[in-house]
Amino acid sequence: MTILLFGVTRDIVGNGSLSIPLNQAGSLKTVADLKSYLQKMYPDLGGLSSLAVAVNKSYARDGDKISNFDEIALIPPVSGG
Amino acid sequence: MTAGRYDRQIRLEGFGPGGQEALYGSAVLIVGAGGLGVPAAQYLNAMGVGRLGLVDGDIVETSNLHRQPAYGPSQVGKSKVLQLAAWLQKANPETRLETHDTYLNTHNALELIKQYDLVVDATDNLPTRYLIDDACLMLDKPWVYGALHGYEGQVSVFNYKGGPTYRCLFPEPPPSGEIPDCDTLGTLGVLPGLIGNMQALEATKVLSGTEGVCSGRLIMYDARQQLIHQMAFKRDPERQVPDQLAPTYQLSCRDEADALNANDYNRLRREQVPHELIDVREPDEFGGGHLPGARNIPLGQLGSASLESEDNLPVYLICETGPRSRKACVQLQSRFPGRAFFWVSGGMRQFKVEIL
Repeated sequence: MTILLFGVTRDIVGNGSLSIPLNQAGSLKTVADLKSYLQKMYPDLGGLSSLAVAVNKSYARDGDKISNFDEIALIPPVSGG
Repeated sequence: MTAGRYDRQIRLEGFGPGGQEALYGSAVLIVGAGGLGVPAAQYLNAMGVGRLGLVDGDIVETSNLHRQPAYGPSQVGKSKVLQLAAWLQKANPETRLETHDTYLNTHNALELIKQYDLVVDATDNLPTRYLIDDACLMLDKPWVYGALHGYEGQVSVFNYKGGPTYRCLFPEPPPSGEIPDCDTLGTLGVLPGLIGNMQALEATKVLSGTEGVCSGRLIMYDARQQLIHQMAFKRDPERQVPDQLAPTYQLSCRDEADALNANDYNRLRREQVPHELIDVREPDEFGGGHLPGARNIPLGQLGSASLESEDNLPVYLICETGPRSRKACVQLQSRFPGRAFFWVSGGMRQFKVEIL
C-alpha cells in the first residue's frame, strides 16, 4: 500500500511517500486502522489534530474501507501564503 | 471599457464578450497583498475585473521582494495596499481600486466582504482562513483559497453555489505551532506566483460563468515534480451557516502551561504588569515592526545573550507566529531555572490580526 504525503506529513516522514508492506497492510481495513498504524510508526503524525485522508483521490472518513490497491494520500492544512 | 484592451480574451471561445462584461461588472476582495495577493491582483486587474478591493495592514519588507515583484526596495516600510494599488492603477486605469489598510478581523470581516462578489484568500495564516470561511458562508459569497507549504501549494474554490467550505475539509483549526508557515519553512519566490495566478484563474471562472470551477476539488500542486494532485470532497452535512462569527479565530494552545495568547498578553500590557519582553525574531523582522519596549535577541543568539537582571522580572518571549518563542522558552527555562519565562502563542501575527 502506497501513501502519498503532503505538507507537514511529508516533513515528519522525511519523504514524499511511504509504503506499507503487504503482510502489514492486509490487516488495515479502514481509514481509522491506517491512522492508528501510522501513529505507531510515526508518533508526530499522531500528534496532528487536523488531517484529511484521500482514498483514490476522494476525501475519506475514518470508517471508510481501504484495500491494498487504493491510492492513499495524507493531506494536512497548509498555512503559508 | 477601452476597446481593444480585452480583444484576445473576448476572442476566446467559452469566455467571449459575455465573460468580459461579467468580469467588468464584478467586485473582488483580495485579502492579503503579499506573495499570493500580488500576482492575483496583477492579473485580475489586467484582465478587467471592474472593482478590486485590497485589504492588508502590513508594510513592505525587504524579505518580501523575492516573491512580491510589484514592490521594490524604495517601498520598504510603506503600506502594501497603497503601493500595490498605485502599481495596479498604472497598469489598468479603468479598475476601481479600493484600499483597506488594515488586517481582516472579526470586527471588520462581514462589513468588508459584503461589499464584494467574491473573496480571494491571499493570507498567510490559518486563523484568517477560518474567519473568511465563516464570514463567506454567512454572507453567501464564494471564495478562492490558496496556501503554501514549502514546495507545495493548495488551491480550491469554497462556498460556490452551495458547494463545500474549508471547514468541510478541516473542521477545526489546529493548535498553535502544529502547522509551520512560510516564515519558518521558506518559499521559492515563484511558487506563490503560480498559486496566486491559479487563484486569479479560478476567480475569473467563477465571475464569468466559465466552466470548470474548482469547487469540491482540492488542487495540490507539487513544484518539485510539476505534478498536480487532486482530492474530491463534498459539503459536510453538519456544516451549518453560523449565526455569528466566533469570538476569536486565534489558534489555541494545548498543554502549554507557559504559553499565553496575544490577547491575554495584551491585557497584561494594558494593566502594566511589570515584565521584560524579548522579541526572538531576526533583526529585519524586528525592524519591520515590533511592540514598544521589546528587546530583540534572535533565537540563534539567545544562547550567548546575557539575561542578568536585578529585579528578576518574568520574561515574555514573542516571535512572528509562535514556534520560535516556544523554543526560546524551553531553552531559557533550562538555563535560568530561577526565572519565569512565558511565550506568546500566535506571536506578532496575532497581534497584527486581532489587536493592532
